[in-house]
Amino acid sequence: MAEVLVVTSGKGGVGKTTSTAALGAALAQTGQNVVVIDFDVGLRNLDLVMGAERRVVYDLINVVQGDANLNQALIRDKRVDTLSLLPASQTRDKDALTAEGVERVINDLKGRFDWIICDSPAGIERGAYFAMRHADLAVIVTNPEVSSVRDSDRIIGLLDSKTEKAERGEQMEKLLLLTRYDPVRAERGDMLKVDDVLEILSIPLLGIIPESPEVLKASNLGSPVTLANPISAPARAYLDAARRLRGETIPMTVPSERKSFLGGLFGRRAA
Amino acid sequence: MALVLAPEPPADDWLLELDELTARSPGFFGGRPVVLDVSALKPSARALGLLLTELEARGVRTIGVEGCDPKTLEGPYARLAMPIGGRAAGELSAPEAPAPKATSLVIDQPVRSGQTISFPHGDVTICGSVASGAEVVAAGSIHVYGALRGRAIAGAGGDGKARIFCRKLDAELLAIDGVYMTTDDLDKGLRGNPARIWLEGEKLSVAALD
Repeated sequence: MAEVLVVTSGKGGVGKTTSTAALGAALAQTGQNVVVIDFDVGLRNLDLVMGAERRVVYDLINVVQGDANLNQALIRDKRVDTLSLLPASQTRDKDALTAEGVERVINDLKGRFDWIICDSPAGIERGAYFAMRHADLAVIVTNPEVSSVRDSDRIIGLLDSKTEKAERGEQMEKLLLLTRYDPVRAERGDMLKVDDVLEILSIPLLGIIPESPEVLKASNLGSPVTLANPISAPARAYLDAARRLRGETIPMTVPSERKSFLGGLFGRRAA
Repeated sequence: MALVLAPEPPADDWLLELDELTARSPGFFGGRPVVLDVSALKPSARALGLLLTELEARGVRTIGVEGCDPKTLEGPYARLAMPIGGRAAGELSAPEAPAPKATSLVIDQPVRSGQTISFPHGDVTICGSVASGAEVVAAGSIHVYGALRGRAIAGAGGDGKARIFCRKLDAELLAIDGVYMTTDDLDKGLRGNPARIWLEGEKLSVAALD
């Protein structure tokens, strides 16, 4: 049975799209059939981060409105063939989404994939609502700063009231993905510590993604960080998070960049 | 339908009139149920017993007596007593006993940013935290077994005796019976610690919860 996962945060710019791409790729790398859907109609980005912007012909809105079928709109990743993308439309807005259309698309995808990952737009309006509506599981992307944490708290409240699962009286599983974390600055008190965030949000932790220039580099390359540089610290953190999603128990650590002993020794002298 | 006989005093004369009536229309009472209204006669217990015996002898089937104290009906006639007053009614279904109105609300989950818990009937207890941007409104007191980071509005119906208790005070706004305070300038020793808040005159008081 397919698992519908929503990646959401309330606040913008915290790493939803980056995390959707990285987690989607990481799950697909383990052989799972994965589709990532961009719900940010009008401000689509997932196609860029996935490096598929020049391959978009039909999009989510075309499928929702019945102008195209899923086979026409789904874009298969060139690097991992179990990974697919359903892009959003850039020329339309969120009003083009309909409840019946979205439900039909999700149900169709359930027959084809193991994981359906919905990349939610920022905010708590229509787009975010449709992205979370059919989810079984939510990944809350949060930065270690107060405004992001409060917005995440707001989204958790909505997940517990506005989703199909909540309306059936079931408990929605919510997992925290703490992104852009810098252990040194957290220790100095410049940003919230992991425990502070967990204490405020009181949901289980899926992973801690360290702040790293690798993330931006991968985005600009049009590649999920788990594919662009799998041994980088953020990639290892995402890969661990993906294995936790599959039910594995992996100790929670904050990966750091590996500096080779010799590189550290000689790099300095050569400079 | 029952026939109502209302004897006028003196009873003996009335009985004679009754005999004349039955003589003119034999079988007038034949089997008809009769209710005897003795409010005009006001008979003693003995007189009433005699009257009922006389009627029985004339074939009048009395099914009830009204207009007298039920105690005046003695012996075999006691069953004829009819309730005084009351109203005509068919079979009434007794209304369900109303469930006692809850005077306390317990929330087992954290109150998230943007959510409002409102309870106009009494106290609210939160087993968890109240997030920044969340709001709890209660007619009575508010108890938070976690961090209070949002707004707590107690005594909302005008109860100045309501209080607020929390395990970690970090509230954005506190109010009791319309008297409110923001906690920007709260004593540093109180912030982040267990606290109780109550209304003293026109001012909220905050103290550590020992």
